[in-house]
Amino acid sequence: MAGYFTNILGGAKSLVVGLSITQRQFFKKPITLQYPWESLEMTPRYRGHIQLIKNAESGTHQCISCGMCEKSCPSDCITIKGEKQEGVKGKVLVKYELDFTKCSLCGQCIANCKPGAIEFSREYNLASTRKEDFHYDLLKRLKEQK
Amino acid sequence: MDLGINVFEMVIYLVGFIAFAAANAAYLVWVERKGAAHIQRRTGPKEVGPYGLLQPLADGAKLMSKQFIIPAGVDRPLFILAPILTMVPAIMIFVTIPFSETILARDFNIGLLMILAFASVNVLALLMGGWASRNKYAVISAARVVSQNIAYEIPMLIIVITIVLISGSMNLTEIVAGQAGGILHWNLLPTNGNFLGPITFIIFFICSLAETNRAPFDLGEAESELIAGFHTEYSSMGFGLFFMGEYANIVIAAALTTILFLGGWYSPLPESIPYAGASSVVWFLVKMYLLIWLVVLIRWTYPRVTLWSLLNLSWKILIPFSLFNLLASAGLVKLLG
Ligand code: SF4
Ligand code: SF4
Repeated sequence: MAGYFTNILGGAKSLVVGLSITQRQFFKKPITLQYPWESLEMTPRYRGHIQLIKNAESGTHQCISCGMCEKSCPSDCITIKGEKQEGVKGKVLVKYELDFTKCSLCGQCIANCKPGAIEFSREYNLASTRKEDFHYDLLKRLKEQK
Repeated sequence: MDLGINVFEMVIYLVGFIAFAAANAAYLVWVERKGAAHIQRRTGPKEVGPYGLLQPLADGAKLMSKQFIIPAGVDRPLFILAPILTMVPAIMIFVTIPFSETILARDFNIGLLMILAFASVNVLALLMGGWASRNKYAVISAARVVSQNIAYEIPMLIIVITIVLISGSMNLTEIVAGQAGGILHWNLLPTNGNFLGPITFIIFFICSLAETNRAPFDLGEAESELIAGFHTEYSSMGFGLFFMGEYANIVIAAALTTILFLGGWYSPLPESIPYAGASSVVWFLVKMYLLIWLVVLIRWTYPRVTLWSLLNLSWKILIPFSLFNLLASAGLVKLLG
């Protein structure tokens, strides 16, 4: 019988404690992010599709069109084309296409790039109903980058 | 009696009550969503109108524009009647609730009895809806609602008898009038002469939560096990009416608690203080909405109880306590009166 009353009193007390906790939480600031209006910077090690690195000094990429990335890609995502041009030493990159629909983000291309011309981007807002939208022209992308 | 004026008054009051019930249902949903969101550190509706204030209108428009689907094999008349039957008694009850000395549609001698009588029709409507739906979840939910309401009607009525004993009337206006003169005279507080006031209040409040099927006693619509309970098969305004009925019942429960325990339209301060001491409908609404906020807060604090502990709470704790409370109060009234 004694347990009956202590049970009720203990229960009642815990109920009041619970209410005071929720009421206090109510007055605190929301901690959620209003996504389309606000978003977080992606973490540095996030793997988005690959992109050419822009060199701050030259204003362009450092690719030497060696084709190692193309060869090393297990999924055949990369198509590059280099040309000999007058007055320029080595080949000049004229096409760098990435078929992101097949990419497994394995990183082989990056690991095999001697001059370190490519990296993972931090692009994650990707959605489309057409798969052609995921065929990227990385050279064009580099030019559009500020 | 001039019939012409009476019909005119009737229409005015009817329209007023329906509008009041609808506006409350709409904006209590907003309060509920905003409250829940902020308790969980979210923001809740915020896109439609400033602070999401137009969200209820958008929801209403959406509900009304949807098709009212009547599934094959349901008990058609009952299926259609059930949502209406949740709403009509709720509107009826408003007739006898005194919002202030003057804002009152009908002053019944047995107003309290009438409210309780009409409130119990709601259970019948939920049972009808669940039964007519031809859906296992709905039937289980309806059975739960009925057993729950029967279990909680008993302590609730015993508490009401206690209050009637203390105030000596079933007329809501007189019950409020008996609590005039500031907070110390409210039925809630032991200073009223009855030291059991707080216990009476708590039991009544718990019972009113259970009677309105509110969390943590919302076993009828336990989403995690019963989808949506008795209104699983309802769409469009059928669902909308159930929803409005639920919120109207919450408003009624809070109003009734205000009348029985919190001194109705009287100010908690002594009447000698200007403005704040004056009694008015504002005080009534303040008390009522504070209670409703408590109801919302409770919903977002406690997990749903099991059917087992729900019935245990009623039969093993609330009923013995309310019976004891009734006897003790009767003794006190006899001694003091
Ligand atoms: S990350 Fe892997 S799969 Fe993707 S392009 Fe580079 S090598 Fe190919
Ligand atoms: S491996 Fe590097 S340098 Fe060679 S083609 Fe690919 S991106 Fe250019």
